[in-house]
Amino acid sequence: MKIEKKRSDLFIMAIFTIVILSMPVWLSPLGANYPDLLQKFAIFGIFAIGYNILFGLTGYLSFGHAIFIGVGSYTAVWSFKLLSMNVLPAIVFGTLFAGIIAALVGYVSLRRSGIYFSILTLAFAQMFYNLAYSVLTPLTNGETGLTIAAGDPRVLDRLFSDVATGGGLPSTELFGISMSGYSGFYFTAVLLILAFFISLKIFNSPFGLKLKAIKSNQHRMKYTGYNTRPYLVTAFIISGMFAGLAGSLMAVTDPLAGAERMQWTASGEVVLMTILGGVGTLYGPLLGVAIIKYLENIFSAVNEATLHGFFSFLPQWLNDTMVVVVSPFVGEGWHLTLGLMFMIVVIFLPGGVTEGFQKIKNRFTKNKEQEKLKQGGE
Amino acid sequence: MDAVLIQLLNGLDKGAAYALIALGLTLVFGTLGVVNFAHGALFMLGAFCAVTFQKILTISVKVIDPSITFFTAYKEQAYLEIWFGDVGLTIIDYAVPLSILMAIPVMLLIGLAMERGLIRHFYKRTHAEQILVTFGLAIVIQEVIRHFFGANPIPMPAPDIVSSSAAVGTWLGLSDNLVYPWWRLIYLSFSLLVIGSVFAFLQLTTFGMVVRAGMFDRQMVGFLGINVQRKFTIVFGLASVVAGLAGVMYAPILPPDYHMGMDFLVLSFVVVVVGGMGSLPGAVAAGFLLGVLQSFASMTIVSQYLPGIDQVIIYLVAVIILLTRPRGLMGRKGVMED
Repeated sequence: MKIEKKRSDLFIMAIFTIVILSMPVWLSPLGANYPDLLQKFAIFGIFAIGYNILFGLTGYLSFGHAIFIGVGSYTAVWSFKLLSMNVLPAIVFGTLFAGIIAALVGYVSLRRSGIYFSILTLAFAQMFYNLAYSVLTPLTNGETGLTIAAGDPRVLDRLFSDVATGGGLPSTELFGISMSGYSGFYFTAVLLILAFFISLKIFNSPFGLKLKAIKSNQHRMKYTGYNTRPYLVTAFIISGMFAGLAGSLMAVTDPLAGAERMQWTASGEVVLMTILGGVGTLYGPLLGVAIIKYLENIFSAVNEATLHGFFSFLPQWLNDTMVVVVSPFVGEGWHLTLGLMFMIVVIFLPGGVTEGFQKIKNRFTKNKEQEKLKQGGE
Repeated sequence: MDAVLIQLLNGLDKGAAYALIALGLTLVFGTLGVVNFAHGALFMLGAFCAVTFQKILTISVKVIDPSITFFTAYKEQAYLEIWFGDVGLTIIDYAVPLSILMAIPVMLLIGLAMERGLIRHFYKRTHAEQILVTFGLAIVIQEVIRHFFGANPIPMPAPDIVSSSAAVGTWLGLSDNLVYPWWRLIYLSFSLLVIGSVFAFLQLTTFGMVVRAGMFDRQMVGFLGINVQRKFTIVFGLASVVAGLAGVMYAPILPPDYHMGMDFLVLSFVVVVVGGMGSLPGAVAAGFLLGVLQSFASMTIVSQYLPGIDQVIIYLVAVIILLTRPRGLMGRKGVMED
């Protein structure tokens, strides 16, 4: 039994690795195979996987995860400035530092549950956001955002090689491999696979089972003698570290960190992704990320001219009305579509796309069974 | 002393807005048991009622400007001015207070539609799902407003007669330099009036009595043959009107833009929690308290010692209260305790 389980884990991981690494190939018919978008998929994938460990398994709805994205980004940029343009220290420090902050926030917020927890995380998110704009300006560079400059110390870089003074801004690299284009994507993809592996292990572990128990009935869990808080805090820290990793990877793609990443509505976005795909399922969050980021990419690029082209097969008057009807939802209005999608999913499909698939599958299998019964009857 | 008084007034003013929004939130939560993240959007819609009303009043036509004689110059003239002359101009000047007349029915309708159309289906769902669906609704409302009114703040002037400052200092026998904008004083008294009438409505009318009884024990009131649901729907409309009125009157203080709702939402949730979930006096008291705290924290004398405290004081207080007094300042026993 146990060996079988292990084998199936390996099988899942193998399939997942192949799917992720071959994304540039199988996404090309959809026109989504350029590295920038793929990298965005992978980064938000990590974020959503991490968020799912908290929200999906324990049911604690946090609005504070944007904090850790922000902390991860700022730490990564500082690492670029002070240590080296190599991405390894940046993501390591980004993740660790986000973990420390997550421990602090989680330790306090998790003293309460339900809606109070949500509001506590909301309060923390606003606090960090406001501080990043005001008092912490020496660290965050306020509204301008933190960027790298040619004159930064970069101690490690200068230690090992002669840094040419002057010239343009250095770019992020991994031991000489530039982190832009496909190499950047593959680096992020490897981390995504790693993140997925960790999440898979957590889902199948006794620890994951305890988190699920907290979601279904925390009181009963307490009656059986478990102290639930350490598990919750651990889950919070893990998901915070995932968010920190995602944040530092954002800085890797573009060495710039701004406070707007920390706004609480940014946490709302990851909630949406997780829910759209399927809360508490292994693949759901990734699916949600893929759908939203792909649609965002398409919808924001559309303008009225493209719409006229799209509806050109219709007669002129119908074409014009269609454009008038559709145009509020595309381009600048992408957020409107997002909001509507969010509402529709929560109202009709609280389990997300994964649940939708399951329902369709059930319907088909049921039909078959009924047919079998009918045939048997005849 | 002057500075303290000014900050006190500022704080009360800010607190009045918080209190009004939090009052509506608490009403909805106490009656329907729904956590409404779209309540900030209602506040924003109220402010845009004022904007729309002013736009309607100032619908203009191009006429020849008689004051320029060298060539035929055109100017925009509002129909109201053409029809009624000076009276029309006065009406335009009083656009903001007059828009209350429009805001009340509009906000009531929006509130009822929201409750019947969406919130009703979420009574039995978890709080997390309520938060998520109303959050989505807030985004939708916000984006619709942005589509029609653009992303920039729209300045809304207060009526001319009260656009100057009141000599508060002279009244109180303090220095003559102590002045305070009239409109803010009006806002403060207006909010007190609204809060007072909401409480009077709940305490003195039969309808209010039923609502209070329903908040206390919904099932029992239902057994007595009263359609509690219907009353609660009206309460939702009422909460929406209160939020809308707060928005209308706040328009001259803060030029309305499409995301002002979200900014106030977080604050008012914090206010509700500090006051105690489900406690109306708690929400009002906490609103004023946090408003005053925030303005005192932004005084230079305070920020000298604790830089940045004005940015976080409200949230800090909320965190401390939530951890030490889970029920908030005036929360009732048994309401949302876990």
